[in-house]
Amino acid sequence: MSGARTEAAAGNGRMAQLVGWIDERFPLTSLIREHATEYYAARNFNTWYVFGVLAMVVLVIQLVTGIFLTMNYKPSAEDAFASVEYIMRDVQWGWLIRYMHSTGASAFFIVVYLHMFRAMLYGSYKNPRELLWLIGMTIYLALMAEGFFGYLLPWGQMSYWGAQVIVSLFGAVPAIGADLVEWIRGDYFISDITLNRFFAFHVVAVPLVLVMLVVMHIMALHETGSLNPDGIEIKQHKDSRGIPLDGIAFHPYYTAKDLVAIVIFLALFAAVVFFAPEMGGYFLEHANFEPASMLKTPEHIAPVWYFTPFYAILRSVPSKGWGAFLMVAAIVLLFFMPWLDRCRVKSIRYRGWTYKLALGVFAVSFVALGYLGLQPATEKVYVYAARVFSALYFAFFLLMPFYTRAEKTRPVPERVAYHAGK
Amino acid sequence: MSDEADLSRRHFLTVATSVAGGVGVVLAATPFVASFRPSARAQALGGPVQVDISKVDAGAMVRVIWRGQPVWVLRRTPDMMQRLESVPVASLKDPNSDESDQPEYAKNATRAVKTDILVVVGNCTHLGCAPIERFDVAPADLGPDWVGGFFCPCHGSRFDLAGRVMAGSPAPTNLPIPPYRFVGDNLVLIGDDTGASA
Repeated sequence: MSGARTEAAAGNGRMAQLVGWIDERFPLTSLIREHATEYYAARNFNTWYVFGVLAMVVLVIQLVTGIFLTMNYKPSAEDAFASVEYIMRDVQWGWLIRYMHSTGASAFFIVVYLHMFRAMLYGSYKNPRELLWLIGMTIYLALMAEGFFGYLLPWGQMSYWGAQVIVSLFGAVPAIGADLVEWIRGDYFISDITLNRFFAFHVVAVPLVLVMLVVMHIMALHETGSLNPDGIEIKQHKDSRGIPLDGIAFHPYYTAKDLVAIVIFLALFAAVVFFAPEMGGYFLEHANFEPASMLKTPEHIAPVWYFTPFYAILRSVPSKGWGAFLMVAAIVLLFFMPWLDRCRVKSIRYRGWTYKLALGVFAVSFVALGYLGLQPATEKVYVYAARVFSALYFAFFLLMPFYTRAEKTRPVPERVAYHAGK
Repeated sequence: MSDEADLSRRHFLTVATSVAGGVGVVLAATPFVASFRPSARAQALGGPVQVDISKVDAGAMVRVIWRGQPVWVLRRTPDMMQRLESVPVASLKDPNSDESDQPEYAKNATRAVKTDILVVVGNCTHLGCAPIERFDVAPADLGPDWVGGFFCPCHGSRFDLAGRVMAGSPAPTNLPIPPYRFVGDNLVLIGDDTGASA
């Protein structure tokens, strides 16, 4: 505290005086130091390390565009579809705000999936970062809930029937299933009442939870410190001032690096928003341009792409109860990564071929399931393929304690290996 | 009075306060949880629906909406009844409707109160899609064994002319039969079965 004040006072001018005044009342300078200028991260971050920051950028885009959408959107079965069209056609720049929001939803999942895969590559979920991983997984769950609630709001055919399919999954819960479904809908079918409460969840409840979880995620990260592509704890080698030898200050070094990533990301994001906001029916499904009708099911119901891996698992099982169970299990197993993985070595750079192979199989299975979940269910080939990839998906987790225990790893270096210009 | 803290007393007070507070939290949460249940208006709108089927010809079907669900009323022809009987029991998942949802009085071979009138909820028991009626026999897309029934386009579930699910379908149970009763020869009251018996 006193150190901060001295420094602020040393700088001259009114600005320094103001900062000093604030620091006596609020830990501004010490917060900036702790989380930016004196937060030391390993100097060997690669491109995989930009997705956390990008996720925060998308969160801000979603919050801002979302707030502006609520100013013209009407959460009632009568008006919802028309109010979205009103935003698209009549509200000044409404189309842009809405396309940013709909593209942002998909961008969020792209960025978060890459962020999670980074953790799997370099062992970011391992001791001592288990809680960081659990908080992150909870963010992922909240994000899925946010996406699901939000998808009902345009009140198109796919909104309606997608919600119908997902809500009816709760009917698979033994004993209380039917009552639970009725409780969630607040009616005997997906109705105005359901839409209104999903709106409340989408714009108030879940975003609040999301923002709090993101703050917790960053606090947990800054407590343990970021890992790096070598999977080495940089805090083990510090200089005389207690600064990690392999660390560099987050600001200005990584903020500058992240800015480059943000600019590239925003360029790609803008390209999608302006030139392909529907993304061929993947970001905005074609059936959703028709208003919801409870008496007419679309020919082919598929969720938005970011849910399709789990949807493919659900559909591959010829039993509703087990299908729903396995779908939930596919997500729950991710939470247990830190304890399923018995290998001491963190980074894939020094891990054995077994984990490399398993992770590759997992990644391929996840993408393949995502593809299969988009296909119509009538083709037998797709159903069998989905079964094979579901089995591989589960094998990755369930066999992990075995293939990671006896893993032949390479020696991990003491200090990070940084190959400039490589 | 001693300066020493009475730890067991403190522990008791902590537990007692937590329990009392916990009860309060549960009680306070009750109205919020209960507010999620269908409102009085939703319950009123979910009341019974009366259908006049005097103008429904044999082999024809009417759809009515009850509680936002499509309810089908099908008057089966004698030919359809024969085809229904010809469905091999082995090809059905739940031939006797033991696992399915229907009132006791509709748990029989034709799943109906009057054998020729089928009243059934047109929501696939898999994931709630609306199956389509396919009363044609052995069409090209459904194969030579098809003797008429309902086909769900979403995930390919098949049902016979009594709404019974075929083996190999993703749907777990037969199409549900709503509670209903006849208030006249050609008047069906859907959603109300007061006085009906098995």
